[in-house]
Amino acid sequence: MLALIGRRLVIAIPTLFLVSLFVFALQRALPGDPFLVIAGEERDPEVIARLRQIYRMDDPIVVQFFAWLGQVIQGDFGRSLRTGEPVLGLIVQKLGVTFQLAVASMIVAVGIGIPAGIIAARRKDTIADYSASAVALFGLSVPHFWLGIMLILLVSVELRWLPASGFESIFSDPRAAIERLIMPAFVLGGGLAASLMRHTRSAMLEVLQSDYVRTARAKGLAEDAVINRHALRNALVPIITLSTILFGELLAGAVLTEQVFTIPGFGKLIVDAVFNRDYGVVQGVVLCTAIGFIIMNLLADVLYILVNPRLRDS
Amino acid sequence: MKRIVLLASAALLGLAALPAQAQSPSTLRIGLQEDPDMLDPHKARTFVGRIVFMGLCDRLVDIDPELKIIPRLATEWSFSADGLTLTMKLRTDAKFHDGETFNAEAAKANIERAMTLPDSLRKSELASVENVSAPDPATLVFKLKRPDATLLAQLTDRAGMMLSPKSLGPDITAKPICSGPYQFVERVQNDRIVLDKFKGHWEADKYQFDRIVYRAIPDTTVRLANLRAGELDMLERLAPTDVKSAQGDKSLKVQSTANLGYQGITINTGHGEAANQPMGKDKRVRQALSLAIDRKVLSQVVFEGLYEPMIQPFNPGNQYLSAAFPVPARDVAKAKALLKEAGVAKVSIDLFVTNNPVDAQLGQVIQAMAQEVGIDVQIRSTEFASQLRDQQQGKFQMSRIGWSGRIDPDGNIHQFVTSKGNQNDGKYSNAEVDKLLDEARTIYDVAERKKRYDAAQKMLQDELPIVYLYNQTVFFALRSNLQGFVINPDGMIRLSGLKRS
Repeated sequence: MLALIGRRLVIAIPTLFLVSLFVFALQRALPGDPFLVIAGEERDPEVIARLRQIYRMDDPIVVQFFAWLGQVIQGDFGRSLRTGEPVLGLIVQKLGVTFQLAVASMIVAVGIGIPAGIIAARRKDTIADYSASAVALFGLSVPHFWLGIMLILLVSVELRWLPASGFESIFSDPRAAIERLIMPAFVLGGGLAASLMRHTRSAMLEVLQSDYVRTARAKGLAEDAVINRHALRNALVPIITLSTILFGELLAGAVLTEQVFTIPGFGKLIVDAVFNRDYGVVQGVVLCTAIGFIIMNLLADVLYILVNPRLRDS
Repeated sequence: MKRIVLLASAALLGLAALPAQAQSPSTLRIGLQEDPDMLDPHKARTFVGRIVFMGLCDRLVDIDPELKIIPRLATEWSFSADGLTLTMKLRTDAKFHDGETFNAEAAKANIERAMTLPDSLRKSELASVENVSAPDPATLVFKLKRPDATLLAQLTDRAGMMLSPKSLGPDITAKPICSGPYQFVERVQNDRIVLDKFKGHWEADKYQFDRIVYRAIPDTTVRLANLRAGELDMLERLAPTDVKSAQGDKSLKVQSTANLGYQGITINTGHGEAANQPMGKDKRVRQALSLAIDRKVLSQVVFEGLYEPMIQPFNPGNQYLSAAFPVPARDVAKAKALLKEAGVAKVSIDLFVTNNPVDAQLGQVIQAMAQEVGIDVQIRSTEFASQLRDQQQGKFQMSRIGWSGRIDPDGNIHQFVTSKGNQNDGKYSNAEVDKLLDEARTIYDVAERKKRYDAAQKMLQDELPIVYLYNQTVFFALRSNLQGFVINPDGMIRLSGLKRS
């Protein structure tokens, strides 16, 4: 296991290098000049020229890339072109926000999706199964943006139950934090819950038809024990992989949800940065996302092995 | 059992904490359309940034709703007879948020920083200034290279804002220390900027709220929903499509004013290859386009009829607006005749628009109207950064562009149509227009100045390097219990006198 982790970490280095190089080149290939935007409406050519000089934009791209890389290795991600704030600070701040949203959404997704999937599988072809599938289909097809706005109009504007938007840290004001997380977590987690429900259902159905479940039942084991100790454990293996992939999807899906609920998170940060051609921020965010995905993949593999002992030796 | 007791007491504690967490009555929450950029007046460029600076930083002078320049940190001022010296008397009771005293030395340090900082965006605004001096703590003297009628207007905005000289370091953008009625508390990028009342301000009794929270909410529907839900007290730039519904809500009120800027189509008349087509070369084709557009219908279709049709670069009500150029009625026959005269029966032309729904719709309406006279408009839509770049490089035939506007008329016209103007992307060039507009900058007398603008406009209305379309009315929505909001065509939110009834 340790060898696996070590091997993965070694491979991660060239991966990260290639990802940053790729993004760096791609950004420079994009049309649009950040300094035209940053220089403001007046667009004084002298100011633009001076800004380009300050940010070393007139150097060859290779020189720029390695200068950036050198800084990053020393832990300096530079400053945002738009606001002048240090990129690393921004990333840490926004990562905390999106992580809270992601965890809350994952709680919604797992809390609804897996139990609903199990119930649907156990009561296959009953009303419970059909209604769970119908709800899941709805959850998968409704766009986050629309659902978010509808929820705000209903829950915040009409009923006044929850605040319409914004973000509080769970550590500074837990009550306000939870109030503000409920709707976005429901919007973001709801779609994932649907996906998890469908996968759990089919995985459970498959497992329930296997020989060892029939054997367990034949031994006279109670149905709950059959489900929880034998079937569920095996059905969970693919679900865990799926969940980690979904977590990645969740970060991507967070962009729209953050926009609707004006949550100052990672998704909003990158969208704004791309639109403003805020090179340093885009670069930093992409690098952190790549690191995140590498860690998530690694985590998936580790969990996989933990749940399924047969894989331990390979 | 123990756990239940624990949970129950935790819940009770949570409830007990409730009143404390409810919004304190003296917090004013303002919804902004975007997140501001740098909070350093010398480096800032965004419109929303200026709104935040209104609370944070005092300026030397200000404007009133009629665009008249009024005292702020400078109590009186005068130009010398040759127009080359501006002398200002300054307040002696103003302080910075760090406790330092504001005086002429401090003002001098700020103006000099704005003029010399490598990445200052204020250089062109202060380009006419030779040097500043502080003969005594209450006197500030600007020596000018040439008479500059626009200078006072610049000093009402960021070029005239004062930062504490002791605080001028690299961190000033993250934690600005000014002399305004409110001081900086915190900023969470893309989310909020919090200011607290500065008790040492010379006019502190005019500011009722103890705390101001600016929140950036880009989606207009969501911004309005927040206002309705009571999460905001007011918001800026209500979308025209939301005006009716906001007016119908008893808990809200809507206030509006004409915006200082203009909205129009810039035509490439002389910038590279792309200008080499009938629209760029022949003014009659441009006149045909202008006549093809029914500006009233355009406003009705896209903006619920709430934006005023315009063909001049100045806002409705502006003293430099000329009565000689009323908005023309649509005239298809005349437009067709003009095309015929120009020897082109059919014109095919590209129109750049920004890829947002409003601009797309605007482009389509223009396309449909132009079609009828024989101008075939193809819409090219990209995001703003690309549009700006292509436009600046002359890679465009026509571009739909707006300008947020300046207090002084010069800021709305000079740089767009003079041969060397920074924003003259279509490279329109007319020596007579250059001369008139250059002169207008140096004349302090309004009537004399207006003559120059009228004369320049006469030529521009004929040659049409820019086809003006409409003025963008600015709408604010407020909760009905918020009193004392004085609306101003610069679209800023002045916090003085605002109170909750």
